[in-house]
Amino acid sequence: MAFVGEGAKLTGSLAAGSELGLAEPSLATVSDYIALLKPRVMSLVVFTALVGLAVAPGHLHPVTAFTALLCIAVGAGASGALNMWYDADIDAVMTRTSRRPVPMGRVRPGEALAFGLTLAGFSVMTFGLLVNWAAAALLAFTIFFYAVIYTMWLKRSTPQNIVIGGAAGAFPPMIGWAAVTGSLSLEPVLLFLIIFFWTPPHFWALALYRTQDYARAGVPMLPVVAGETATRWQVLLYTLVLVPLGIAPWMLGYAGPIYGFVAVVTGAIMLLLAVQVFRERAPAERASRNMFAFSILYLFLLYAVLLVERGWGGLIARLAS
Amino acid sequence: MNDPQQNGQDEGVVLTEAQKRARRSRSIAIAVALGALVILFYVMTLVKGPGVLMRPI
Repeated sequence: MAFVGEGAKLTGSLAAGSELGLAEPSLATVSDYIALLKPRVMSLVVFTALVGLAVAPGHLHPVTAFTALLCIAVGAGASGALNMWYDADIDAVMTRTSRRPVPMGRVRPGEALAFGLTLAGFSVMTFGLLVNWAAAALLAFTIFFYAVIYTMWLKRSTPQNIVIGGAAGAFPPMIGWAAVTGSLSLEPVLLFLIIFFWTPPHFWALALYRTQDYARAGVPMLPVVAGETATRWQVLLYTLVLVPLGIAPWMLGYAGPIYGFVAVVTGAIMLLLAVQVFRERAPAERASRNMFAFSILYLFLLYAVLLVERGWGGLIARLAS
Repeated sequence: MNDPQQNGQDEGVVLTEAQKRARRSRSIAIAVALGALVILFYVMTLVKGPGVLMRPI
């Protein structure tokens, strides 16, 4: 209704339609639609997919590799748009998300839905036609998993929402790998598991100092439902599983000594921070904030070193030989 | 005798300047995206050769 008030003059029979919200002209700009793609999440997805693509055995033409990353990026954007369409009601009451285009009224829910579905269709079909259908099927499943399993089902119904839903964010390196090989093996599954077990301590550290935000929105995050102490326990337990998984690529011979060194050192820091989170009690939130911030650096470093060591290192070795 | 076009009672949606600008920017973005898609398929066809549509399942 806000659009009519802001200036659009509807006349005749269309004015009646506008009362039903059927014929109001949109003020949405291109930047609003770009915001629907969640560009920051998209950049992380592209980065992890690039690592999967670079460490996979075999050769992919640079243009094909670019096409694969473009399709994965657009698919991730489609997931973001579908998420913002469905979650507009809770986005509106959370400080962190209240300025998104749909709750702000700049993009209507139907527009976000159509945008998300269109991009999802185009990204999967283009991926399948130009790269391979195994990777395209994995991308389609990832979009479905994030939009339907996580956003529509788990997020509002269980405190395990980000544990299971975190799989959606862990799929991109597998998609990148499948883009090159057309199949999967233990190594991409390991890359998946690292992100899968990284997601809970990362988001629960955030949720520990944003509990009121989630409670107000009615999102059953672990600190809201199970309490602060249980959440701190879970952060520590998941970190205890995560750190060995982070070292595993080196132990199994998939990564070199530089990766091994970085994984051990950053893993030790993650454990230390998790112990600090475990021992901290509200209203103190410094340890949780440190854990949240460092967990981003931790994941980035693991994947960046793997990319340099296996991806670029392998490329230089191939060029030199 | 009651033609809405003639008596001006049903002129349809009259857009404000802001709405016209927003629509124009969206239209240009859609054109650019479609153009990029065409170029992508063209370049990939050159890269893949005639087997571009024969992808492994």
